[in-house]
Amino acid sequence: MKPSVGTPIDRIDAHKKVTGTATYAADTDVTKVAHGVIVTSTIAKGTIAGLELAAARRSPGVIAVLTHLDAPRVFAGKKAGGPGERVLQLLQSDVILYADQPIAVVVADTLERAQHAATAITVKYAPEAAVAGIEQALGSAFTSKAIGHGEPDSNRGNVETGLGAAKWKLEATYTTPNENHNPMEPHATVAVWHGDELTVYDATQGIFGVRNRMAEVFGIPKDKVRVVDQFVGGGFGCKGTPWSHVALTAMAAKVANRPVKIAITRPQMFSLVGHRPHTIQNIAIGCDAEGKLTAIRHDVINETSRFDEFVEPSALQTRILYACPNVATTHKVVKIDAPTPTFMRAPGESSGTFAIESAIDELAFLAKIDPLELRTRNYAVTDPQMAKPFSSKSLDKCYRAAADKFGWAKRKPTPRSMREGHELVGYGMATATYPANQQPAAAKATAKPDGTFLVQAGTQDLGTGTYTVMTQLAADALEVPIDKVRFELGDSALPEAPGSGGSMTVGSVGPAVVQACQALKAKLAATTDHTQDIVAEVKTELSKDKDLYSLHSFGADFVEVRVDEDLGIIRVARVVAAFATGKILNPKTANNQFVGGIVWGIGMALQEDTVRDRRTGRVVTRDLADYHVPVHADIPAIDVISIDEKDDHVNAIGTKGIGEIGITGITAAIANAVFHATGKRVRDLPIRLDKLLG
Amino acid sequence: MNPFTYVRPTTEQEALAALAEPDTIALAGGTTLVDLMRLEVMRPGKVVDLNGLPLNKIETGASSIKLGALATNSDVAYHPDVVAKLPALADAIRAGASGQIRNMASVSGNLLQRTRCSYFRDPASPCNKRAPGSGCAALEGFTRMHAVVGTSKDCIAAHPSDMCVALAALDAVVHLKSRAGERTVKLVEFHTVPDDHPNVESVLQPGELVTAIEIPTTPLAAKSRYVKVRDRASYAFALASAAVALDVQDGSIKDARVALGGVGTKPWREPAVETALVGKPATPETFAAAATQALAKADTRPDNAFKVELAKRVIARTLALVASGGSK
Repeated sequence: MKPSVGTPIDRIDAHKKVTGTATYAADTDVTKVAHGVIVTSTIAKGTIAGLELAAARRSPGVIAVLTHLDAPRVFAGKKAGGPGERVLQLLQSDVILYADQPIAVVVADTLERAQHAATAITVKYAPEAAVAGIEQALGSAFTSKAIGHGEPDSNRGNVETGLGAAKWKLEATYTTPNENHNPMEPHATVAVWHGDELTVYDATQGIFGVRNRMAEVFGIPKDKVRVVDQFVGGGFGCKGTPWSHVALTAMAAKVANRPVKIAITRPQMFSLVGHRPHTIQNIAIGCDAEGKLTAIRHDVINETSRFDEFVEPSALQTRILYACPNVATTHKVVKIDAPTPTFMRAPGESSGTFAIESAIDELAFLAKIDPLELRTRNYAVTDPQMAKPFSSKSLDKCYRAAADKFGWAKRKPTPRSMREGHELVGYGMATATYPANQQPAAAKATAKPDGTFLVQAGTQDLGTGTYTVMTQLAADALEVPIDKVRFELGDSALPEAPGSGGSMTVGSVGPAVVQACQALKAKLAATTDHTQDIVAEVKTELSKDKDLYSLHSFGADFVEVRVDEDLGIIRVARVVAAFATGKILNPKTANNQFVGGIVWGIGMALQEDTVRDRRTGRVVTRDLADYHVPVHADIPAIDVISIDEKDDHVNAIGTKGIGEIGITGITAAIANAVFHATGKRVRDLPIRLDKLLG
Repeated sequence: MNPFTYVRPTTEQEALAALAEPDTIALAGGTTLVDLMRLEVMRPGKVVDLNGLPLNKIETGASSIKLGALATNSDVAYHPDVVAKLPALADAIRAGASGQIRNMASVSGNLLQRTRCSYFRDPASPCNKRAPGSGCAALEGFTRMHAVVGTSKDCIAAHPSDMCVALAALDAVVHLKSRAGERTVKLVEFHTVPDDHPNVESVLQPGELVTAIEIPTTPLAAKSRYVKVRDRASYAFALASAAVALDVQDGSIKDARVALGGVGTKPWREPAVETALVGKPATPETFAAAATQALAKADTRPDNAFKVELAKRVIARTLALVASGGSK
């Protein structure tokens, strides 16, 4: 039978989504559900000095009002202390730690009545002076261990010696602003208690993470908590870890003694569920007369909250990108009176490639070497930091394929040398990279008496195509057509799988699905009685090769921008990108991921900016009219080339993850193209037109 | 949303009677009002839905086009007479909001559109416009989108409309009706600057209804265009925009109209630029020199200082566009 894997089949869940029958968390139909509204603080630091609650409690339809005065005592801290867990604000004290922190929950019989009652609460604060941005507190930067992968600092060779030996060198500071994920589906939770058993329908990237956190918060065994989420309307990292509203919903349901639903409002999406933190990145880089890199130093500082630590690991890729003998990196954080930041699509690599890939372009300009040529002269055949071979690396093919298709050879090296009408034309390029992550996972395959198969794993589909590619993998392993296979996910009653983050769902769950189906096939071959369900369940272990090889995906972005010479208007005219990410299971869903990442990269380069008022700590850009993301008219033709890449080491199915690499590299490619068009180097995102005027 | 009562009159008399009551507001397309009610920025006790009134006609007369107060933005922007005789108006409406919003938004609602000042829209912030006497959070705040002319020590909120900028350039007149009778006001005199009363934004009196906007269809108006500069290609408010009309005969400028958007607390007419154009040859040099006359009394802040230079360049670009008769 012809394999399904590798073919561009339509999404299994497409019909449900376009007909509105896919059940997202907030759509869950629960009898007698009451509606909760979270009231948030209007100051960034201080204490609650007084609360007027009588009017809210009297308001029509109100069932419960929870505040720090009477909320049940629960555990809001961190036990494991890992990078994927956050300290929560669960109405446990009168202390305000950031603007728009939860300070009350109002529960009513309808959403409108809960919203109205919430406006009747009057709060008296004892405010204190807040520090709302890291530029006000850079002296307090410190090294945090809360970095997801590896160590916060690295050092190979001797950077100072390398810089001393450089013929060409530069030192520059690159900055990226706070940004918010804003998936189309805001976070939402429906909580239902049956005695001491809790069921949570939650918009999340990790059902088991939510299960474990709820067990911790309420002090109940994990097996008393069930978490369900069958469709996610975009995750992007903000749904990667359970935030305060999930526990607050469960708490409200307990107090109200009936199911409660809370959907976060769009303005609350800017404070309650994390953000990509503002980074300040200092880079020193040098090369010899031939363009061989002699040294790179990349020092990163990012903001974190007063009460928790999150590191945006923006210098990790700098350790492995180029064959440079002298490389040192550091990561530090500054605590301010703001919410805790979190993962946001390619945390680290998106903001970090902006800095390092801009610096490489600046160095190439200084050395009068074509920026693509400079990169190829410093090509890292093996991982220069770990001194290990890559499990696979096809970046050279990506460079060639994308450069040829783009027409890079037509680029005139001098800035401002290409124009058409009012517009200056610029070509820029950059390298994309993201690690190939994975975790152990379990899966279960069942042969039904009617000849169909049910395959299950407690994973998530963030809108990326998990349902689709897992069905394809299962059908091929079982050697049956895809319409004989049904794949189920999104329920913590199913075999445990990791959270869907770090582009690792397919690389983790895919091998488990294949192995479960292979085990089932062996069982089927050994039996003649097909009148009962026949079940096989497996749990994978991480491959031993993981320690022998360095696991990374690579890609290359080539961009043409047009800049109106008088008005400064920047538009991206075309993008050609090539990615080598191991085996591609479904070219259609894969292309969606690559293009989606590039679109977001265009927004990150030119538009996205969460502005916090430096006096009050409140976010000023609180809706999607003020917080810009690209509209259709901003997005040109995007041509993605997927480079065929065989990888026998990364995992049993040869995939390296595709969810995040698309947003890496692209911001630098755009900044580099803007420099080529205008001669102006913008090192501070977003690149808006006023930075080009004058 | 605060509870409110709702009435839907079917005659002008009923509507005017309902609007004369205190704590009452008119609802047309709802694209601003409903949004601001959801945000608790506006909390009217009574909403008078005007959509039962026959006020949505677009009438072409011998020397003017009259837009009914309830004509939708889309209907106006794509009306063949508007496109042919008032191109700046068609440009301006199409440059605003999104297709879905333009299908709902009305002419009168656009005229009375509230500012997009982020502090006005956040009830937790002081705002003299929303809560008179509470202060202005914008003065020392994030002001990228704020006005640089027509400002006061109490308010620097920019007027958000594109349509009104074209109407200001095209000498539009607003038709008003109340139980006391009818009157007309020039569009450039309809909106008021904040001074010490930013909560008052126009000369519209309580109980008064906008019935129509009338625009003269002069030869000048037929040679008009609107150019908008913003932070993305669509669905964004103007950083600076210009509506320009030019009458050029034998290469010489006989008459000119210039108005700016995105920079003023109201749609901002620029008589100094107009004066600098009239009698001069229609050349890029004239346009650039005249544009420098704009925004002479600008009151800028670090975040919005760039708007002054940008607005001058937008004027020059729009003048060149009209003079060339070409496309953008």
